[in-house]
Amino acid sequence: MTDQDYNFAYLDEQTKRMIRRAILKGLAIPGYQVPFASREMPMPYGWGTGGVQVSAAVLTPEDTFKVIDQGADDTTNAVSIRSFFQRTAGVTTTTKTSDASVIQTRHRIPEEALTEDQILVYQVPIPEPLRFLEPRESETRKMHSLEEYGLMHVKLYEDISRHGHIATSYAYPVKVEGRYVMDPSPIPKFDNPKLGDMAAIQLFGAGREQRIYALPPYTQVVSLDFEDHPFEASKADHPCGLCGAEESYLDEVIVDDAGGRMFVCSDTDYCDARQAAGYKGKDAA
Amino acid sequence: MTPLLSVQGVTKRYGAHIGCADVSFELYPGEVMGIVGESGSGKSTLLNCMAGHLTPDAGQVVFDTRADGPRDTVTMSEPERRMLSRTDWAFVHQHARDGLRMGVSAGGNVGERLMAVGERHYGDIRSKATDWLERVEIDAGRVDDRPTTFSGGMQQRLQIARNLVTGPRLVFMDEPTGGLDVSVQARLLDLLRGLVRDMGLSAIIVTHDLAVVRLLADRLMVMKSGRVVEAGLTDQVLDDPQHAYSQLLVSSVLQV
Repeated sequence: MTDQDYNFAYLDEQTKRMIRRAILKGLAIPGYQVPFASREMPMPYGWGTGGVQVSAAVLTPEDTFKVIDQGADDTTNAVSIRSFFQRTAGVTTTTKTSDASVIQTRHRIPEEALTEDQILVYQVPIPEPLRFLEPRESETRKMHSLEEYGLMHVKLYEDISRHGHIATSYAYPVKVEGRYVMDPSPIPKFDNPKLGDMAAIQLFGAGREQRIYALPPYTQVVSLDFEDHPFEASKADHPCGLCGAEESYLDEVIVDDAGGRMFVCSDTDYCDARQAAGYKGKDAA
Repeated sequence: MTPLLSVQGVTKRYGAHIGCADVSFELYPGEVMGIVGESGSGKSTLLNCMAGHLTPDAGQVVFDTRADGPRDTVTMSEPERRMLSRTDWAFVHQHARDGLRMGVSAGGNVGERLMAVGERHYGDIRSKATDWLERVEIDAGRVDDRPTTFSGGMQQRLQIARNLVTGPRLVFMDEPTGGLDVSVQARLLDLLRGLVRDMGLSAIIVTHDLAVVRLLADRLMVMKSGRVVEAGLTDQVLDDPQHAYSQLLVSSVLQV
């Protein structure tokens, strides 16, 4: 038993049942935002209440759970959510991507390819990709139902006219199975190509906005673009300072007040595994 | 010749009040129809019923579609109607702010309709947007400026460009010159007249300004209390009004 008499994974069974129904509906209509009765969680909105509720609904006692926050396993958000489920569900936790069966993530997709045995749960702040273009929810729902997505391209048009290229670098809108336009949560657009054709189930939970949406395995996901300005997955043009990786998404870290900086993998598990395997970057101690 | 738009017995009530009652007329391709009347006479209600913004309680609005010939737009499905309003129809609001996206650049505003009908080539969209800005006498160098930095007259011209870029066949205008000072009005009218003639547009113009219909409209309907009290050729109605209200309306215009 856990240290307090919570139901398994904190939420009561009726709530989990309600969330599972929303998840199943979301999986049946990839990219469609399913409303659900989001509960108060013992954490503030914006810290991953949606993701936590989805994780609670899909966790089983046999699962191994991993939480990443901006790619890292050791940041506040990741540590507290991991210990939350350790206490309330008693599940095994891990920081190794390949060992985990459920991965809750904030703003990243792990570098390591996921498998059919895994579920990736995203924390979503704003599920509506059209929100900042059309503030009326009644209108955006109509636009989704009638497949009127011209406005999404207006945003990309504005980017190009102002910056000369598509400057949207995270939460880059995608079209799912040629039907729904979806906000992939604020992952860098570097991760967008991984969304499509992924072996794992991808679930998106927005707690404050009370929406769940999902991508079943091997779903077609296309990033929106223009014919003459095609989509480009971008990253900092450096190798990782610690493990020397050329292909991973990098964080820029300021190391002193004299302009010194280094680039390191944002996925800490990936970086650690490479360093353990003997790879060395130029800044490695 | 098939009428482009055929309105039959359109009625809209707001509870016990009548918005407009039993309005029927036909509009032929290339024709400009003016609807005049005082505030509250139901002219905007009628316009919104025709443009699909309001659902009339009774009556038909039959539009001659490109693909399937005459169709009743009141009973057609919403996606079809919204498609029409993006392609073959245009709606110019009285206040440019209602018809523009104020947070989006002028080019984006003009390009929105193109992107809504599937245009996906940035270069093409931009060159069409620039071309249209020039056609409505806005300097092409302002293509990336937001409409908030434009004057009232420029905003109204931008709204017109944004509406006409997809080459519509029917334009609904709700007081297009309202709120503009007279010299700007004159330029706008001149521009509108040129565009209507060049593109062979049909238009329905709602206004209370008789000078506007005198310049633009071929035919005229006078509305009072939700009903059409007089209809005919513009010059005929304005020069020889028959109905007491039309006479009042014409005689109320100040002669400078």
